[in-house]
Amino acid sequence: MSQRPIQLPLPGFDTARARWQDAYNQQMPGEKTRRNRSGIEIRPLYTPQDWRGERYLEQLGFPGEVPMTRGIYPSMHRGRTWSQRQLIGLGTPQDYNARLERILAAGGSALSLIPCNSVYRGYDADEVDAVLLGTCGAVVNTVEDMQACFEGVDIGSISTAMNDPLPFTLLALLLAVAKQRGVPWCKVTGTSNQSDYISHFVANHMFFRIALPGSRRILVDHIDFAARNLPGWNPLSVVGQHMQQAGATPAEAMGLTLSTAVQYAEDCIARGMEPDVFLPRFTFFFDISMSFFEEIAKMRAGRRIWCRLTRERFGARDPRAWRFKFHGQTSGVDLTRQQPLNNIARVTTQAMAGIFAGLQSLHTDSYDEVLSVPTEDAARIAVSTQNILREEAHLTDVIDPLGGSYYVERLTDDMEEAIIAVMQRIEEAGGMYHAAESGLVQSMIGTSALAFQEQVESGEQTIVGVNAYRVEENSDAHAPLARPRAEAMQAQLDALARYKRGRSMGEVRAALDRLARSVADEGDNVFEKVVDAAIAGATHGEIVAKLREEMGFGEPLVQV
Amino acid sequence: MISRRAEPVRVLVTKLGLDGHDRGSRVVAAFLRDAGMEVIYTSPWQDVTAVVQLALQEDVDVVGVSSLATDHLLVPKLTEALAQAGLGHIRVVVGGIVPDEDESMLKRSGVSHVFHPGSTREEIVAEVDALARAARRERDGD
Repeated sequence: MSQRPIQLPLPGFDTARARWQDAYNQQMPGEKTRRNRSGIEIRPLYTPQDWRGERYLEQLGFPGEVPMTRGIYPSMHRGRTWSQRQLIGLGTPQDYNARLERILAAGGSALSLIPCNSVYRGYDADEVDAVLLGTCGAVVNTVEDMQACFEGVDIGSISTAMNDPLPFTLLALLLAVAKQRGVPWCKVTGTSNQSDYISHFVANHMFFRIALPGSRRILVDHIDFAARNLPGWNPLSVVGQHMQQAGATPAEAMGLTLSTAVQYAEDCIARGMEPDVFLPRFTFFFDISMSFFEEIAKMRAGRRIWCRLTRERFGARDPRAWRFKFHGQTSGVDLTRQQPLNNIARVTTQAMAGIFAGLQSLHTDSYDEVLSVPTEDAARIAVSTQNILREEAHLTDVIDPLGGSYYVERLTDDMEEAIIAVMQRIEEAGGMYHAAESGLVQSMIGTSALAFQEQVESGEQTIVGVNAYRVEENSDAHAPLARPRAEAMQAQLDALARYKRGRSMGEVRAALDRLARSVADEGDNVFEKVVDAAIAGATHGEIVAKLREEMGFGEPLVQV
Repeated sequence: MISRRAEPVRVLVTKLGLDGHDRGSRVVAAFLRDAGMEVIYTSPWQDVTAVVQLALQEDVDVVGVSSLATDHLLVPKLTEALAQAGLGHIRVVVGGIVPDEDESMLKRSGVSHVFHPGSTREEIVAEVDALARAARRERDGD
């Protein structure tokens, strides 16, 4: 689409250009071709030959208007800046609640809940080695735990990003808490931001709990349940972040994510749902790497492609269905253990790219993430970074401030082409579900991960403090260890045992039986039965175990 | 008994516990294999018993455990179980996010080496190779 040079009626342009090119070549004899992470050639200069805005309305348009390249809302960050959504979760539900209180007191309203790895893997605390409990997230297994997490917090007035892979037991527990407190479900707002099981199958294996066909069924059940019962809840976040962190290039990550979203949309349509009903609740989640301009172009291109897909492929008529709403997270794998304070500069650069790219929500990593689970001080610096960029550097004054740059527009076009090529490859493999099932996606990601590592090894890609500018190790910044107290975790285990003894086991068993039966009945909604089981007193681990029994244990396809 | 010292080094690359971030373990496995070693690679979420069993069956010289999210806290149980199974000669290395305090703890429990982010291919291959040869000498009793 963009390969043909534009014919210019600018008098003298060609002569001037040739003159510069000669001078450049003299200064840069035998220069090697430069490429970005997606393999796109990066030339030394971009001019009106590369982009002139002749198709402005068709390619860019105005913010909030088709094709949304410049942003999904008319006022973008000038009207409402992004949500500052930091990931939190460590230790017991009480620890989580204490940290939440401090965040709310500081004016935060967008929360997140990161559960412990044992929860991610689908287990209750009494099913795993106790030494691992609460080291990476909060231990939440029961309605009582969820009550404790949100003690003193009005769950009808906050928005929670729930790191909650399917079958969405944490959301079920939250809904059970809402019921106990008399908060109507229509007031529960937030996002199931680990609902993209394909990204778990191919990249973030820890979250993959239930075999593929079962996962496919439960996700559509969940989207359908939310459409009918939870008007404030985004049931789906399609995650490019896992794939890019696992090694996919930015263009691959965007292409694979859009292909995944297409797959989920088609699965919903096959269920008889209307695109204008479910598409407005689709959200996206991307990694923002150090490749500054490439990341900006990736998101701009993604917005344009999604707008076109929803309109042309799915026939969506509601403009809310065309909006490519995304959360960005700065890239953990780009951070270094060497000279860790340098990571603050990296996170700042990545955050700037995300802001220029027009994100709706941002998580900035803590500089000490490569040393251990982030400390509170480091997390505060990460939040301050966002405040500084917004209120001291005024990055939000102009909408899409890099729009119209010859380079950024040309790169957006080039990235779009590369992204579409990835999507075509997936389409030819029978769509994202089959491309993942067959291992194609995993091998694409693995190949790119290795290629990038080779560039680091050869020194072609500089990593400051790692393969260049090395210094004697400065250990001052090494973070103290944050680990849950063993006694607190023992108390948590005791509470779980007490909770299990105190329930009406008859009700729990009956609810788990209904859950098992819903699997066999295609007309039934499995997620609805998950919610019922949570209300009846079943624990997170019991619900996941029952579904694994009925639908198969999730084994990701691992390739070397 | 025929000495197998000339045969390629055998390495088990695995992840214990709960985390599934396996980019690092896959890249390292590929590096070791490209360097001529025989690599046995497992899916994540192994438990200690399974790793010991596999190490025995595959007669490995080195077990490499990748840990990005505190699963290295299980490694002392692994070194202990290897010793109990009569596999004390096998060298255990850990790679990933390991805080300094934990590194000392791991070394005390018998871990031979901890690779931090930024370790180069060259360093990893050389260290694993040297450890494997030491393990083999110890196993063969010389």
